[in-house]
Amino acid sequence: MQQRSSTVQEPLAETAHRPTPPPAWRPRTDPAPLLPDAEPLRVLGTDAVADADPALLRRLYAELVRGRRYNAQATALTKQGRLAVYPSTTGQEACEIGAALALEERDWLFPSYRDTLAAVARGLDPVQALTLLRGDWHTGYDPREHRVAPLCTPLATQLPHAVGLAHAARLKGDDVVALAMVGDGGTSEGDFHEALNFAAVWQAPVVFFVQNNGFAISVPLAKQTAAPSLAHKAVGYGMPGRLVDGNDAVAVHQVLTEAVTRARRGGGPTLVEAITYRIDAHTNADDATRYRADGEVEAWRAHDPVLLLERELTARGLLDDEGRRAAAEAAETMAAQLRERMNADPVLAPMDLFTHVYAEQTAQLREQAAQLRAELEAEGESR
Amino acid sequence: MTTATTGAAAAKAAGRAKPATMAQALQRAMRDAMAEDPTVHVMGEDVGTLGGVFRVTDGLAKEFGEDRCTDTPLAEAGILGTAVGMAMYGLRPVVEMQFDAFAYPAFEQLVSHVAKMRNRTRGAMPMPMVIRVPYGGGIGGVEHHSDSSEIYYMATPGLHVVTPATVEDAYGLLRAAIASDDPVVFLEPKRLYWSKSDWSPEAPARVEPIGKAVVRRPGTSATLITYGPSLPVCLEAAEAATAEGWDLEVVDLRSLVPFDDETVAASVRRTGRAVVVHESGGFAGPGAEIAARVTERCFHHLEAPVLRVAGFDIPYPPPMLERHHLPGVDRILDAVARLQWEAGN
Repeated sequence: MQQRSSTVQEPLAETAHRPTPPPAWRPRTDPAPLLPDAEPLRVLGTDAVADADPALLRRLYAELVRGRRYNAQATALTKQGRLAVYPSTTGQEACEIGAALALEERDWLFPSYRDTLAAVARGLDPVQALTLLRGDWHTGYDPREHRVAPLCTPLATQLPHAVGLAHAARLKGDDVVALAMVGDGGTSEGDFHEALNFAAVWQAPVVFFVQNNGFAISVPLAKQTAAPSLAHKAVGYGMPGRLVDGNDAVAVHQVLTEAVTRARRGGGPTLVEAITYRIDAHTNADDATRYRADGEVEAWRAHDPVLLLERELTARGLLDDEGRRAAAEAAETMAAQLRERMNADPVLAPMDLFTHVYAEQTAQLREQAAQLRAELEAEGESR
Repeated sequence: MTTATTGAAAAKAAGRAKPATMAQALQRAMRDAMAEDPTVHVMGEDVGTLGGVFRVTDGLAKEFGEDRCTDTPLAEAGILGTAVGMAMYGLRPVVEMQFDAFAYPAFEQLVSHVAKMRNRTRGAMPMPMVIRVPYGGGIGGVEHHSDSSEIYYMATPGLHVVTPATVEDAYGLLRAAIASDDPVVFLEPKRLYWSKSDWSPEAPARVEPIGKAVVRRPGTSATLITYGPSLPVCLEAAEAATAEGWDLEVVDLRSLVPFDDETVAASVRRTGRAVVVHESGGFAGPGAEIAARVTERCFHHLEAPVLRVAGFDIPYPPPMLERHHLPGVDRILDAVARLQWEAGN
């Protein structure tokens, strides 16, 4: 290293060159207001619960109980062979329900493959939501009916869709907000980066909701990112990052509602990271004991979203035995109906394979359709 | 008034069309579509203020505003992914990918969403959009600027793949692509951007339907099946072939998907011989599919195996060597000479 101490500092002459900042440089957004809080926001167990609308608290509770039962029923259906696969959100119900309830009817939800519960909480028929996962057609619903985009399997690819839709709505003058859901693993994908960047540049009315459930299948967050938190990533794009206890349904609902309202008023996008935990394995086909300790799971069971809310509401006199029973019964009715309807085999028409590839069938597909039709007829005759 | 404008006005009044380039015809197609349909949005890298690196979107941002012709961040997956969301909301995006090889980051969005959305939603959510991709070589472009990427798109069900070879078709096919309710990968032969024709932007030709090939030169000896950048080469080869006594028919496919079996097979049945010509590599290239389809349909009319004149199966070469790679007149005539003339007529 060069010894600088030996050089003699001469005073600069009036005409000497004085270095200035690069000509193109100017200060951009102040990062301080964009930074997430040091700790995840919690409402349950704090005085802030008193400010919450009791009707909302009861609704959240009823939906959480129903959501928990939905997860249990769907998981059971995989064991009975009625679902090909089910990525459970047991333990993450506060996130799923909070997301659905933060949106207005005209808004759009962009779920990942794990988010059927959010779609159901938004009003989608559970059987339609599970169509993909039972091996039936890929999207069992018209996305425009409840403004729920198709369940998205390729990670984070739904995020730019949400940005584009929100951008298009704003260009049209509609005050529609898009909420896009993604997991902690999905934040490593390039589409996550590109979506957040486009959203911030366009100031699109979109909310990115990351459920950090600790694992991407088996890989823990430490192997996924070196960021201080996933919420901190927002700062690099010039949008606020919010950190919330993902098992505190009231806090999740509050943070998402604030972000949705901000987006609707023209304030631009927000990144919300919810700290939660996937109690079940990645899917019914996964074995979580290979990558995580029982003790860790038990700690999270004690921080269960349904329990947290139930205890709080009971302590505040907003929930009694009758209320608990009513919620449980409603959930049981939903589960029984789901079971019964899923026990009926869906009838798929093989010729539909060719119906929706293009608006108008190509000559090539007409030929192939004719081939399949002949095969089906031969099959029918041989029976 | 200057003499120049007086001259131009007089020429216009006299109905004499000023030669237009393919780039101008493409620009005009987007401009007319945008004027007619407010849901048409152009987006991509440098398409706004600059007018695109090939100037194909020149003037659109000025005329329609930056919300209708948008300079996006430099991220192809993001461009196509946001276009998907815009189409979900009822817009009709026309996306520009700056170069063939720069379109690859958008592949997942294209294959998993653009191409499949109509099918996976049982027709509820069509994807009316155009993805314009300048493609092919012959412009002395350095690495990653000259790929023939058509086979990737052809192998993806749910996409239409269209490529014009003339100024007239550039306008007509792009209008048809923008009007289509399905996603169209619109491959623009970049070395033909400055090709000229007496095409008049004031009275554009009718909009061609997508999926129809056309016989560019009728002939009787053999059929050259080609598209996009190789059409002028084939026409030149056909002219040169007359000296050898061959009268070659040249078919311009215009649309690779859907494929016009009818026009192609009718031509080959007439001539009994066929050569497929393209810049793309031969192995598992478009010509492999075309040769198979022709053989399946025309076997008893064929006097010789269907041959392919294609780019070599190599990464695109440096500009100083590209002339050895690209199919030229001599290579086409060599193939024609190998069509077993001694055995037949």
